[in-house]
Amino acid sequence: MYTQAMDIAAARGEDPAPGQVTDAGYQAEFDAKIDRGDFIEPKDWMPEAYRRTLVRQISQHAHSEIVGMLPEGNWIGRAPTLERKAILLAKVQDEGGHGLYLYAAAETLGVSRDTLVEALHAGRAKYSSIFNYPTLTWADVGVIGWLVDGAAIMNQIPLCRCSYGPYARAMIRVCREESFHQRQGYDLLLAMMSGTAAQRDMVQDAVNRWWWPALMMFGPHDAQSLNSGDSTRWGIKRITNDELRQKFVDATIPQAKLLGVTVPDPDLRWNEARGAHDVGAIDWDEFWSVVNGNGPCNQERLAARIRAWEEGAWVREAAMAHAAKSEARAAGGR
Amino acid sequence: MDRREWPLWEVFIRSRNGLDHKHCGSLHAPDARLALQSARDVYTRRQEGTSIWVVRAEHIVASDPDAKAELFDPAADKIYRHPTFYVLPDDVNHM
Ligand SMILES: [Fe+2]
Ligand SMILES: [Fe+2]
Repeated sequence: MYTQAMDIAAARGEDPAPGQVTDAGYQAEFDAKIDRGDFIEPKDWMPEAYRRTLVRQISQHAHSEIVGMLPEGNWIGRAPTLERKAILLAKVQDEGGHGLYLYAAAETLGVSRDTLVEALHAGRAKYSSIFNYPTLTWADVGVIGWLVDGAAIMNQIPLCRCSYGPYARAMIRVCREESFHQRQGYDLLLAMMSGTAAQRDMVQDAVNRWWWPALMMFGPHDAQSLNSGDSTRWGIKRITNDELRQKFVDATIPQAKLLGVTVPDPDLRWNEARGAHDVGAIDWDEFWSVVNGNGPCNQERLAARIRAWEEGAWVREAAMAHAAKSEARAAGGR
Repeated sequence: MDRREWPLWEVFIRSRNGLDHKHCGSLHAPDARLALQSARDVYTRRQEGTSIWVVRAEHIVASDPDAKAELFDPAADKIYRHPTFYVLPDDVNHM
């Protein structure tokens, strides 16, 4: 409904007619809204850089939800029981829903869905690097729910209060559904930990492989973050990467103890003075290498998305043709 | 071959009887039937609704945010439209 917003913004970028409010006026009004903690809504004037930042962030968030269906989807056909299969199906379906809520929010900024999808397929838009790691065993499904969805929840909760209304509302909907994702993962791991030694080893192995990538999900250290200055000023980012990562570690370590697993960090310590855990050094070379396309599954993931898009083309076209035909028939009184 | 993007629909959901339908988001669908079906799958996976409306986005007419002042400010100084404007004697002020 809001796709005209961009045209309005573009028209306003030109010389204002006499008596019209100038860009400076709009900017002051926008700044005041942000300072008051008001929401910005789709048809409101917004600085071009704010719009661009939101399109990038929301669309990349949407891509992450959709690509994130792949690693877990890998296990739907091999779930150990019918109950676990139904749970995993529901979880993966939720992720598809999250992608759709977020694409819809991005589209309110005046960019079309096809443009966003095309940017992903052409490699111009990123998605969360965590999904470029493989799911080797059934324990990975549990660890993804527990750690990856757990980290996503930490990241997403502050976004429920972000300044752009449609994004904030989409995030509220997403966050309501995420808790189930994390809990089913932990529940699955508890079941495995009460099983055989081989099953317990499988859980530990999965934790060893996912721990560091999960910590990297919060992004570079605050001192190295490129985009966070503007995002903070605009009320898009409310809590820094390092603060969120710390919260995640402090919440997760007791859960690991209860589960009976360790995390693969010899330097991890409880720091009495800070009242928080100290964490060992993160391998940022690995992080950037995966971001830049060299993770274990980057090519596979993107290829799977492109294949799904191309193989679905005839369905999209046939549905449109059918709709046009039915409409014409109805108009002609058949 | 039709390469156009599926049109955009706005989705409104009544969460339970007795409440209004409320806008909850949008989606793409080729026709009304699939729009309803998709709205069911996308927005009511946990019994969030008892009724769904879908409307082609292009059929919605919205007010211009720039006209906010002329549309809504005239109501601001009509405080006599509110019951609290009238201070009555204590004995009857609960009226
Ligand atoms: Fe999600
Ligand atoms: Fe999730």
